[in-house]
Amino acid sequence: MMTRIPRIAPSEITPPEKYLNRRAFLAGALAVGASFGRASAASIPARAGAPLDYTHDGADSVGALVHASGQNEAPNTWEQITNYNNYYEFGTGKTDPAEYAGQLQTRPWNIAIGGEAEVTGSFPLEEFVRPYALEERIYRFRCVEAWSMVIPWVGFPLAQMLQRFKPNSRAKYVAFETLYRPSQMPGQRVPILQWPYREGLRIDEAMNPLAFMVVGLYGRVLPNQNGAPLRLIVPWKYGFKSIKAIVRIVFTEARPQTTWAVAAPSDYGFYANVNPNVPHPRWSQATERRIGNPFFHERQATLMFNGYADEVAYLYKGMDLRRYM
Amino acid sequence: MDVATRQPFLGLNLERRYRLVYKPAVFVASLMPLAWMACGLFGWLGLSAGVDPVKFLELENGKTALNFIMLTLMMTPVRQLTGLTHPIRLRRMIGLFAFFYALLHFTVYVVLDLDLDWHMVGADLVKRPYITVGFTALMLLVPLAVTSTNRMMRRLGRRWNRLHRLVYVIAVLGVWHFYWQEKLDVREPSIYALILAILLGYRCARSAWLRRLLTSKRAHQAR
Repeated sequence: MMTRIPRIAPSEITPPEKYLNRRAFLAGALAVGASFGRASAASIPARAGAPLDYTHDGADSVGALVHASGQNEAPNTWEQITNYNNYYEFGTGKTDPAEYAGQLQTRPWNIAIGGEAEVTGSFPLEEFVRPYALEERIYRFRCVEAWSMVIPWVGFPLAQMLQRFKPNSRAKYVAFETLYRPSQMPGQRVPILQWPYREGLRIDEAMNPLAFMVVGLYGRVLPNQNGAPLRLIVPWKYGFKSIKAIVRIVFTEARPQTTWAVAAPSDYGFYANVNPNVPHPRWSQATERRIGNPFFHERQATLMFNGYADEVAYLYKGMDLRRYM
Repeated sequence: MDVATRQPFLGLNLERRYRLVYKPAVFVASLMPLAWMACGLFGWLGLSAGVDPVKFLELENGKTALNFIMLTLMMTPVRQLTGLTHPIRLRRMIGLFAFFYALLHFTVYVVLDLDLDWHMVGADLVKRPYITVGFTALMLLVPLAVTSTNRMMRRLGRRWNRLHRLVYVIAVLGVWHFYWQEKLDVREPSIYALILAILLGYRCARSAWLRRLLTSKRAHQAR
């Protein structure tokens, strides 16, 4: 398939000293990496905000810092990104996840791979993450509720990860599933959504270089309220597509059911591409409010595919995006 | 003679007690939600408006307006069930505060959320039914606020009572507006709907009961 790498102007590379002490970052990664192994995996603390404790085979860098938000917009603060979350597993309030996600145990953590692929099975998180060079991507994040942020994620391309499991020719879709653990996810005790949360992508969407698996934020371990230990980011789609706390990835031939499309089929579709021209039935999607902007700051126009049209529009050629919302 | 007037309180008669104690107390209490929002906004007293102060102000003002409307609807049942007459004499002020907070809610939405983009305000009003419903409730509050003076009460006489029954419509629209804007989790608006159902159900039940009492009394007299 055709791969397109996001164009990165030198001016768009975020100076690391701005927020990320790379040396400390590397030291932490290497120190912990040296002691990696199945046996020690369970004992590795995964405190939100701690230096990232993943490393990968061979390489010694965290990879490129990619500023793919397009207009060199300033990222939101750690404070904002970690205190304003839609994560109904911990409650429907924006601050519920920050308040209650701390109780989630993210170690040990296994990811099950199944379906139409040559390599399947269950993988401990550390083993799952190790093959990849972590890189940082600063993406726009647009919620279906018409607010947005700019977020510096750390992770690896979804395509790299999927190719490792060698999907076969029947793999038309990739389905993702969130952890189901009501004892630590109080929101799951309330049947407002069908638990566990499920999402999915068409395989060519999943293979697009922008689709990203995330393990970190601002160069630190991803906080629980942001979807630790492993989440998806699909920057050209509304936020609810970017599933959190992933425990299962299945290659399927049929289009998988997705949580919000099941909950309210008239309001949310499978594709959920950011599209200023197709309003949500109860509010406009033409503009958005950037979280963190001062009062009396103008709303900004929402961009087609959240500003990533050059990279992803080819995926939807010939599709009626009003119908396939 | 009112029981209260026979027992002097702070040496004040009933009229002066309302003017100097009860009304100022309710006035100050009614400003508390506003003070709380200001604390959140400026980070006073350790309170916080959170990461999205616009949504915070929008939601808090809206809910406060709804709370005050619910309060005004509780005054009559309280009087009928307990015989307390104080609440009803303070109802006008509480109703005016409901209007005040509803107006603030709308102002935050237009000025801070939509940034005075009148094109968008217009589109929202026409295309988004939950906003149409909320706006209708606000518009219906205007004549009630305008006719809340003693002079207007005297001038309108019995028509004043009929006009102010609009509050039932306003309450239903307000709760509906709250319910409809929720994406999924309607538990909180459902609580409002339940309380409103009880308040309106009580009135229906009571008037049905009174009517039955009246007809049986007439039947009795006819015999």
